[in-house]
Amino acid sequence: MALSRSGSNLLKPISPFFSCAPSILSRSISSSNDSITVETSIPFTAHNCEPPSRSVTTSAAELRSFFRDMALMRRMEIAADSLYKAKLIRGFCHLYDGQEAVAVGMEAAITRKDCIITAYRDHCTFLSRGGNLVEVFAELMGRRAGMSNGKGGSMHFYRKEGGFYGGHGIVGAQVPLGCGLAFAQKYSKDENVTFAMYGDGAANQGQLFEALNIAALWDLPAILVCENNHYGMGTAEWRAAKSPAYYKRGDYVPGLKVDGMDAFAVKQACKFAKEHALKNGPIILEMDTYRYHGHSMSDPGSTYRTRDEISGVRQERDPIERIRKLLLSHEISTETELKDIEKEVRKEVDNAISKAKESDMPDPSELFTNVYVKGFGVEAYGADRKELRATLP
Amino acid sequence: MKLRVENIFDKYIINLGACGIRCGFIPFGERRSESDSIRQREIDAGTSSTSSSYYYSTSFRVSFIHFSPLMLASFQHSKMLRAIRHKNILPAFSAFRAFSSSAKEMTVREALNSALDEEMSADPKVFLMGEEVGEYQGAYKITKGLLDKYGPERVLDTPITEAGFTGIGVGAAYYGLRPVVEFMTFNFSMQAIDHIINSAAKSNYMSAGQISVPIVFRGPNGAAAGVGAQHSQCYAAWYASCPGLKVLSPYSSEDARGLLKAAIRDPDPVVFLENELLYGESFPVSAEVLDSSFCLPIGKAKIEREGKDVTITAFSKMVGYALKAAEILAKEGISAEVINLRSIRPLDRSTINASVRKTNRLVTVEEGFPQHGVGAEICTSVIEESFGYLDAPVERIAGADVPMPYAANLERMAVPQVEDIVRAAKRACYRSVPLAATA
Repeated sequence: MALSRSGSNLLKPISPFFSCAPSILSRSISSSNDSITVETSIPFTAHNCEPPSRSVTTSAAELRSFFRDMALMRRMEIAADSLYKAKLIRGFCHLYDGQEAVAVGMEAAITRKDCIITAYRDHCTFLSRGGNLVEVFAELMGRRAGMSNGKGGSMHFYRKEGGFYGGHGIVGAQVPLGCGLAFAQKYSKDENVTFAMYGDGAANQGQLFEALNIAALWDLPAILVCENNHYGMGTAEWRAAKSPAYYKRGDYVPGLKVDGMDAFAVKQACKFAKEHALKNGPIILEMDTYRYHGHSMSDPGSTYRTRDEISGVRQERDPIERIRKLLLSHEISTETELKDIEKEVRKEVDNAISKAKESDMPDPSELFTNVYVKGFGVEAYGADRKELRATLP
Repeated sequence: MKLRVENIFDKYIINLGACGIRCGFIPFGERRSESDSIRQREIDAGTSSTSSSYYYSTSFRVSFIHFSPLMLASFQHSKMLRAIRHKNILPAFSAFRAFSSSAKEMTVREALNSALDEEMSADPKVFLMGEEVGEYQGAYKITKGLLDKYGPERVLDTPITEAGFTGIGVGAAYYGLRPVVEFMTFNFSMQAIDHIINSAAKSNYMSAGQISVPIVFRGPNGAAAGVGAQHSQCYAAWYASCPGLKVLSPYSSEDARGLLKAAIRDPDPVVFLENELLYGESFPVSAEVLDSSFCLPIGKAKIEREGKDVTITAFSKMVGYALKAAEILAKEGISAEVINLRSIRPLDRSTINASVRKTNRLVTVEEGFPQHGVGAEICTSVIEESFGYLDAPVERIAGADVPMPYAANLERMAVPQVEDIVRAAKRACYRSVPLAATA
């Protein structure tokens, strides 16, 4: 049966660092600025390029911030789950818990001038690009304090000033859009790159290959990041793709397979990819990751995979646990300190939710705003045009 | 005093600021109408603006009357004038002195090309993208010369992958560039329609104004000649139904220049529907049209021909047919008012309704499929706002409700012809010819 085939593979990138000699970890007394070298869980697998080294330099401060950021994201997604079940969030809600390392690792390797564009599983990416919790919850609940004034919803988070271009509901559409952002960066001579993220489900989209072809032809600084959580909605990757080696699907475009549950592997890969893209054009990164929730809140997530598989990954590969172990083994933080951070984060999320709940729904006049940037005083109509009309400014 | 003249060959402009009167080479022989006197008043007052929807040229002779004699006198003696004559900069100058009309003509192709050229020159963020736009000089030669002038970084030949390159264009617009994406015909835009609608049209709304999309999608739309079903569809109704898009469709060269420039400058996504069969047609253009700042307003229709018995609305190629129909109707004593929509979205409902309130009868003309078409929207708009003014049911002329056939005789039947418009106008005036016997 399907599940047993994939189950064992998902548990594969077991962090071997405990089995290795502890000497590979530098045992400095924790001091924020001292650099620490960490090995990624597994070596990178490369296609048409030389993989980067497994050793990643970091610091105590970075480790702590990774832990806190991922804990915040995890808590935010779980809180969104409860809000959805309480019917405060409507429509679609696609949760990212389990995949936090990708968002956090990527952000550590790049600047806000680099652009990120992703699909609908965008809450945590928005946060990592400088968004705040109140904006997130308000938008999810359709209130005016949301970053899209309540008019976008879960799938349409944007933060242009932070280099985050959404938030897209149509599977695969964000990849050509991301290549367009890269084109514009090159056109403007910005020396920055764009990360266009997509899932294993979108990896088979034609428009992705069309955009990749143009990106390669025109040497665009585009990095295509496949967040392979192994299920495209309810369809396992081996049922959807003849070749699920997504990092190789670019053919002439180089690719790298990365353990997406290891924030340092993600960071190293993104750093490598940015350098590559600025010099040599597009590259594909396949992040081997996992989502604990179903595809969306309407999907229990257990009809196409076993609970054992989910709990197995949670035990063996959880990204937050990995960082916790690193913090503890490097004696940067104590158990109690980490628990306190988690409590703090929980409180922060709860406060944000109550603040978001205080926000009103958008004013009825907002129905007709932002249709155009320049409306020329044209009339727009409601359901009954004799009853509801507005002039677009 | 300085004379403001624009010679399209030399692109040399001298400013004539005498008494606030603007004068240029206004072509001779355009149809005169009430609008002429309005235009003339505007010229006199110095308030004539490029956004006047009553563009009608007056004969050169008439406008000259409004020059003060003083001006005429100084004219001949001005130093600058002597200098100009001496340097022989403006060959057209002698024409001016002789009061002859040098009606400048321009094909729609030249109009579009010059509009693209000027907008690319004015704003370095504007760039072109599409199949064969660069080295091939444009599938219909609209982008001729632009690759040589602006280089391969701004005029980009794409592979035949509409979904991919349209998405890339929209992404570039997200970042702040101003792409002009060409579809070889709008039939191929269906491959990219998700990006036009979901990625471009809706973004400003979904992001509450954070992500605006200043992009233009342009290309030929509608039937050409003998190209068959897959290459002949008109997309005006499809795109015009979508909030967040603006949809423009020029007829003449003036329309083409003014509307394309307006589209490129507009901060919203614009679908610009041209017509392949119009590309080679010549239209007279005034100096005002030739000026690089010329722009037509979006959302304003133009009354091409004034009339009082029946209103005929049309856009693109059908405007030409409607004008021919109006000529025929005039001979039979029916005075038709022809409205060139120019803008399908926003639709100029006020001009259309004002016209119907004057004439009390309406014929809508379009090339596309009839069901849920542009004519249906116009008809409903008139019924909603001017029902009491209608003296006859609204008549609708549209393409046949079939995929476009190839055989010439069938194709002719599938596209509106002038006689269809004439017949419908007569019906609206209760003067129809008896139907052919169908026994």
